Amino acid sequence: MSSSHQTLRSSTTTQPKWRILPLGDSAVIVRLGNEINRATFDTVRALAQYLEHNAFPGFVEQVPAFVSVTLYYDSRRISLAEVCAWIEHVVPTLSQQVAGAPRLVEIPVCYGGRFGEDLEFVAQHNKLPPGEVVRIHANATYLVHMLGFMPGFPYLGGMSDRIATPRRPSPRVTIPAGSVGIAGSQTGIYPLESPGGWQLIGRTPLMLFRPNENPPVYLRAGDLVRFRAISADEFHAYPKAGSWGSA
Amino acid sequence: MGFRVIHPGVLTSVQDLGRRGLQQYGVVVSGAMDPLALRVANILVGNDEHAAALETTLLGPEVEFLDEALIAVCGGELPASIDGQFVPSWRAVWIAAGAVLRIGKAIAGCRAYLAIAGGIDVPVVMGSRSTYLRAKMGGLAGRALRVKDQLATGPLSMRNNEIIQRLSARAKGRSFAVGRWFPTISMAYEANISTIRAMRSSECDWLSPESQQHLFSASYALTKESDRMGFRLSGPKLMLTNSGELLSEAVCMGTIQIPPGGQPIILMADCATTGGYAKAAQVATVDLSRLAQIAPGAKFRIQEISINEAQRMYRDQEAMLNKLRHAATLIE
Repeated sequence: MSSSHQTLRSSTTTQPKWRILPLGDSAVIVRLGNEINRATFDTVRALAQYLEHNAFPGFVEQVPAFVSVTLYYDSRRISLAEVCAWIEHVVPTLSQQVAGAPRLVEIPVCYGGRFGEDLEFVAQHNKLPPGEVVRIHANATYLVHMLGFMPGFPYLGGMSDRIATPRRPSPRVTIPAGSVGIAGSQTGIYPLESPGGWQLIGRTPLMLFRPNENPPVYLRAGDLVRFRAISADEFHAYPKAGSWGSA
Repeated sequence: MGFRVIHPGVLTSVQDLGRRGLQQYGVVVSGAMDPLALRVANILVGNDEHAAALETTLLGPEVEFLDEALIAVCGGELPASIDGQFVPSWRAVWIAAGAVLRIGKAIAGCRAYLAIAGGIDVPVVMGSRSTYLRAKMGGLAGRALRVKDQLATGPLSMRNNEIIQRLSARAKGRSFAVGRWFPTISMAYEANISTIRAMRSSECDWLSPESQQHLFSASYALTKESDRMGFRLSGPKLMLTNSGELLSEAVCMGTIQIPPGGQPIILMADCATTGGYAKAAQVATVDLSRLAQIAPGAKFRIQEISINEAQRMYRDQEAMLNKLRHAATLIE
């Protein structure tokens, strides 16, 4: 087994089919499903939580994603075969794991104007008044599927297709930290100033990335998120994010 | 204890072995592009292997030491000199207060590491002193070094002091003294790296059979659009047999991605924690350091190896480093 490049394992339990896919000599991807759905999400969370409390010797870190959890390991201390054996033992037991109630996190957002320069475009594209775009965006509950792409960036699921809008034809050179945007049928929040092609509809005064805190992020995978519309005055009343980079 | 930057070189930044354990929050690992050179440089001066050092690219910096120091330059062949006199790489070098170290232009390889006894003392951000340039985080104010920057080094260990005493006794009035011993690991770096070893990865079979063959046999050039985030390759176009869209999941340094355009990208030290392109292959851990020494414009092939082979080579390398660590405490 250990000599094969692509180990394929399927379980016969009630779990969705899952597979172990090696990523080189120091990581394995545990693919727990092929599409985004509740069962796969719950299994990803269950494995991630289990690992947090029961890591095996040689475990380095994990990256939970939409349908997989990647495990980094120290191959000086543990072999691929041993890592696979551990996963094969653990994954079938995961359905019994209790994940606990999700956190509900509110994100204040000042919509439109200079905080969300593309709100008008999103409204026009969907033939809705801008206020209706805001109402739809702020009246849904979103699930943080995973963090990635940049520190603290949440991949949110649950946006209404009624406000879906394609990315901008050419990306902006800089998007301010806290910007809330739409790309296709996804919505997201930029934790850091960065270039990007998302349609910007608003901005939050909250810092999603907090390097001096542990964990260094405001949102975590599994959280439920609701947006709350705030005024520009309220936005400015939030404490200004300090310089956190370094000395 | 510290040094002052007279000239920063092309791109010089503070790096250690990177930020681990926070990738699940999207925090990028960063750290040395050539971790082997960084570790050996630290071992030579008696530092902990994780100590922060300077990583320099293509053309090195010129720095003035404000106090006496113990240094080692390892990695690609970027010739170093002190007060105009050549000093060999891969050796511990004692340097007097006021002396000027210059790391020149790369003759072979691409990146060199300047380790200094005590390590470079910048604040620890999320467990590491590494600079993550894109987020302006870690290192010296989250940026590359500039003219007139002044950097401090950390407290010296007994081991640091032992080596300093032995070497400074040999200086006899000169502004530097070079250790006699050097590690054979320096020979792991060929002047022209022609092959990088990699293992097939999860979406390799998304490539047509012909493209899979190309990936593991054709010659690819490293383009100028290559940096600490990733190396863009140019060579035979690889054909994906499906849309090439993947639900984002973990990627890391050494992941060979195939975007729809068909030209491979090898992710490097500052890559994002997750990605959605097909992962065709993964560079062997032991070859990440060699990969980091390939300069833009150079050509190389990707050679397929098994995970078992890659893990065996990794353990062999670590055994060699263990010997080196042991030898370094005995000799001088």
